[in-house]
Amino acid sequence: MKKPIAGGAGSAAPVEVALPHSGTSQRRALTGLLENERFLAFVLLAPTVLLLGLFIAYPFVMGVWFSLSDISVGNPAHFVGLRNFVKAWNDSIFRTAFWNTSFYTFWATIFKLALGMWLALLLNRHFRGKRIVRASMLLPFIVPTVLSTFAWRWMFDPTFSVLNWTLYKTGFIVAKLPFLSNGDWALWCAIAVNTWRGMPFFAITLLAGLQTINTDLHEAASLDGANGWKRFWHVTWPLLKPVTVVVVVFSIIQTFSDFQLIYVLTGGGPANSTHLLATYAYQIGVATGLLGEGAAISLCMLPVLFIVVWIQLRYLRRLEGA
Amino acid sequence: MAQVMMKDLNKKYDEVHAVKDVNLHIRDKEFIVLVGPSGCGKSTTLRMVAGLEEITAGEITIGDRVVNDLPPKDRDIAMVFQNYALYPHMTVYDNMAFGLKMRKFPKTEIAKRVGEAAEILGIQELLKRKPRQLSGGQRQRVAVGRAIVRHPQVFLFDEPLSNLDAKLRVQMRVELKRLHDRLETTAIYVTHDQVEAMTLGDRVVVMKDGWIQQVGEPLELYGRPANRFVAGFIGSPSMNFVEMTIAETNGALWADTPGIRVKVPPASAARLGPYKGQRLTLGIRPEDLRVATGSDPADYSFDTVVDVVEPLGSEILLDVKAGSNVMVARVDPTVRAKLHDKMRLSLHPERVHFFDLKTELAI
Repeated sequence: MKKPIAGGAGSAAPVEVALPHSGTSQRRALTGLLENERFLAFVLLAPTVLLLGLFIAYPFVMGVWFSLSDISVGNPAHFVGLRNFVKAWNDSIFRTAFWNTSFYTFWATIFKLALGMWLALLLNRHFRGKRIVRASMLLPFIVPTVLSTFAWRWMFDPTFSVLNWTLYKTGFIVAKLPFLSNGDWALWCAIAVNTWRGMPFFAITLLAGLQTINTDLHEAASLDGANGWKRFWHVTWPLLKPVTVVVVVFSIIQTFSDFQLIYVLTGGGPANSTHLLATYAYQIGVATGLLGEGAAISLCMLPVLFIVVWIQLRYLRRLEGA
Repeated sequence: MAQVMMKDLNKKYDEVHAVKDVNLHIRDKEFIVLVGPSGCGKSTTLRMVAGLEEITAGEITIGDRVVNDLPPKDRDIAMVFQNYALYPHMTVYDNMAFGLKMRKFPKTEIAKRVGEAAEILGIQELLKRKPRQLSGGQRQRVAVGRAIVRHPQVFLFDEPLSNLDAKLRVQMRVELKRLHDRLETTAIYVTHDQVEAMTLGDRVVVMKDGWIQQVGEPLELYGRPANRFVAGFIGSPSMNFVEMTIAETNGALWADTPGIRVKVPPASAARLGPYKGQRLTLGIRPEDLRVATGSDPADYSFDTVVDVVEPLGSEILLDVKAGSNVMVARVDPTVRAKLHDKMRLSLHPERVHFFDLKTELAI
């Protein structure tokens, strides 16, 4: 609306006033829109939804579609039902990979938990240089996996292994150990490297959990007649359990879907004996080009991880309810 | 039940000398309270008795055993912590039973003892709950219950009431006293609250800067404080202190400062002889000041101006000025006083305290 201002002279004046006036009303309209909770929620959520949709939902849906098709590099997809899954199930390498993945995850997680807990308990004490030790402990975790795994591969190398050399020169062994040239040995080596790499995460997280436990509780327990082990078992461990469950689940998810470590350390060999689901899926899907079969193999991780997460959520909910 | 002896007890941290030459004999069945401002060494002393702090020098005896090198669990003591230190993941029953379980008591005995303690403390219906489902007062009771089921030789209390609100604190104070009368277990109780100290303790130990200032029964501390610190710490509002000069006039001693001139009571005169011509500190409690009437001897009265009036219902606290000296007087609620009123106050001649200016010791 164009209103002449009081004392305004001439016909040009109302026009000049009208411009900022219409700007305010637009701003008012926008403010009114943002006051609307539905609209505001939409505005705030849209970027997240867009990103999640683009980078998680879309690849996931495509993965599911690929796994049900005969798509390969250069060829279009045709729906084939569960054929890829059946084929994988009948594939002895797939079964080895599945077993390896479970074995690898199981032992690596147990070692990481045990050693991480031990480290956390040590670091929770007061000693000189505590901060430096705490910081340097994180090194294995922050060095890029590929880089550190290369270093390990050198240490396990059939010809140049520094471990073999040391053990041989000190007289502990008479013949070189087949670190990576024997399938069983190689898997244990991978477990060792994974433990080395993942332990700091356990230690730091458990240490954070330990520090939330009031020292008075330990003092009360020691007055109540509990020795060191009993104090851990009856006080520390139960109070640390929620943190432990979360860390273990995180670790299981990461270890179960581990790719880089095996890819660099053994490449799945010798003779496909150390493949994990992720590396095998990559080999079939990308290296061989059978995208559909690769997708089916990697999708087999989903139910396992789903069950793990479900158990964790149930447990945490029970803790909250108790 | 046992006596506790502390002999030349010292605690040094890297830089800090927290407890200095503490000698204390706590009798069997006695309820003793360590009181003092924060950092005075009272909690450290208690924690040394508990075995939670190492003893730097000296000796602690519980019963007839030197416990210096015994771990906490072998000292036969139980402790109640300031923040209760209840195990959050255990039920009230399990919290109370934990110490007995650790000591491998048979289940029936545990159930019996927990039941008894729960009945004494009135928490029978809480036994299945977890600590976080309890109020502060209930947690406090559970913490006490955990201590008494063990039937220890000594109870240690580390500021157990300071996390409670004022009303609950008074109530729990009474209950603790009743409990001690019933159980007759030697108890060492640490607090910074002088009211708690006075009401609970058979004897009270006042500490400051790691030193014991005075040990005595509550009324002894109140009536005959050993030094200026104890005089000021015990009693609320605290004692008024005025720096004065002692002078002799017509064969009698007078304490004098601009605005106040009072005669030294005959009972104190002999002891103050050496201070003739010197300065010292006069102490008088607010309740030992009253509005002067015609019958009050002029020798013990002085003029003041009312500065602040604090009516509390049962009494009135008057902040007054005599010259440049500020004092508090606790007067009868019937006294009508207004700001800037002139008021003549009279002090109770037998309750005047004198302290050496340098050593701060009572004269």
